[in-house]
Amino acid sequence: MTDKPKIKISGLSKRFGSNVVLSQLDLEVGRGESVVVIGGSGVGKSVMIKCVLGLIHPDSGSIEIDGAETIGLSERDRDAIGRKFGMLFQGAALFDSLNVWENVAFGLIQGRGLDRPSARTIAHEKLGAVGLGADVGRLYPAELSGGMKKRVALARAIAAEPEIIFFDEPTTGLDPIMGDVIDRLIVDCVRQLGATALSITHDMASARKIADRIAMIHEGRIIWAGPTGDVDASGNPYVEQFIHGNAEGPIQMQVRAL
Amino acid sequence: MNVLAPLGRVTLIFLAATGRIVLFTASSLSHCVRPPIYPRLIGRQMIDIGYYSLPVVGLTAVFTGMVLALQSYTGFSRFAAESAIPNVVVVSITRELGPVLTGLMVAGRIGASMAAEIGTMRVTEQIDALSTLSTNPFKYLVAPRLIAAFAMLPLLVVVADIIGIMGGYMVGVHKLGFNASIYLDNSWDAMEVLDVVSGLVKAAANGLIIALMGCYHGYHSRGGAQGVGAATTNAVVSASILILTANYVITELFFAI
Repeated sequence: MTDKPKIKISGLSKRFGSNVVLSQLDLEVGRGESVVVIGGSGVGKSVMIKCVLGLIHPDSGSIEIDGAETIGLSERDRDAIGRKFGMLFQGAALFDSLNVWENVAFGLIQGRGLDRPSARTIAHEKLGAVGLGADVGRLYPAELSGGMKKRVALARAIAAEPEIIFFDEPTTGLDPIMGDVIDRLIVDCVRQLGATALSITHDMASARKIADRIAMIHEGRIIWAGPTGDVDASGNPYVEQFIHGNAEGPIQMQVRAL
Repeated sequence: MNVLAPLGRVTLIFLAATGRIVLFTASSLSHCVRPPIYPRLIGRQMIDIGYYSLPVVGLTAVFTGMVLALQSYTGFSRFAAESAIPNVVVVSITRELGPVLTGLMVAGRIGASMAAEIGTMRVTEQIDALSTLSTNPFKYLVAPRLIAAFAMLPLLVVVADIIGIMGGYMVGVHKLGFNASIYLDNSWDAMEVLDVVSGLVKAAANGLIIALMGCYHGYHSRGGAQGVGAATTNAVVSASILILTANYVITELFFAI
């Protein structure tokens, strides 16, 4: 059991109309491993994560969690798999009708049927883990800064102690210092939970900090994957261009509309 | 240029949208009857739809009843048929104007806010977040709104019927000089159970239509503020058209023999 990958994606394909987003994508994430997928904007990173989460149905391919196929499951089996997941969304995606602690406790109360007082205690504990005091719990998301929203969203993602956590552009839109704070929190939280992490980002500084292994996605497939330390000596022109941020190279950005 | 191509394209788009709405409806209704049910959310929606719509619905109803009495008088006095005014007011309000005008006003108020709220949740990934927190968005967002609208619209229409008939009474008695007790007697005699019931059935149908259109367009909104704006417009327009369509169909079922 332990030798099986936690997440195994094989032959994943998805297109929207004539726009092919993923084509035959393969990726494995080991148990307790933190994999960061890098790649430019609009190359299918988010779609890949949403396929694993079950928010988007792929056209073909297979996604195995703990060795069990998740594509084509019934709604109930899907829910059971979903309980293993936590997700940090790019824009935090906090529920603006609920205050901070209710946001953090949401999965516990609605998803697991925990009573409100104990859920509240856990929520405050998790807020503490991301460096926010209990007084923040009473605020509403609209009253928070971008960095605080990300922290609350992180607390919400880890509240139910998921086995697998997904991070969608965790540092995008934050200043470098707050980005580093979030990166450290992610590393700490993932380590503390012993969770498996799959992140997507185009922020190389962030990727180096949180990744055990880095994979690069281009035109809907993984073109390079290796340990974080090897990324500077990948010998892959695409990876070289991406990590150095050159406009010149094999990756041609679509600057003009098609 | 093939002149039939645009026609076919429009037909296909229309059929695809119809199919999506039917699937959305089936899925929503099935989630309304399967646990978990969220009583707190249903309660909050009921207050929003029922209680806070009362001023709008009341004002609409009172002026409708008043103008109905006044217009009937100007027409009927030519044939010396003024005594039919209470009758006309009661039948028009209970059968048609109560449910239809209430439906249209609530569609503007509630359908729009549902589409805007759910649409914003969609474009800010809050709906995706619900799914990742082991909560089905249909159960959490759509089902409470459907149940609340289905239950509250008939109650609103009862209020609208009473206030509308009262509006007619006010004009009849205070402006047109009817005897108050005779007007009330005539109104009461004109009241038929079937008329009121048909109005309430229409109201319940309107409630479903409003909530479904609000949720459907919000749920499928795309692309930021503009998408949410379009979803809001589409929710109100489609709900209004469907309300008028359903009104005719239900009238046909009840009264066409």
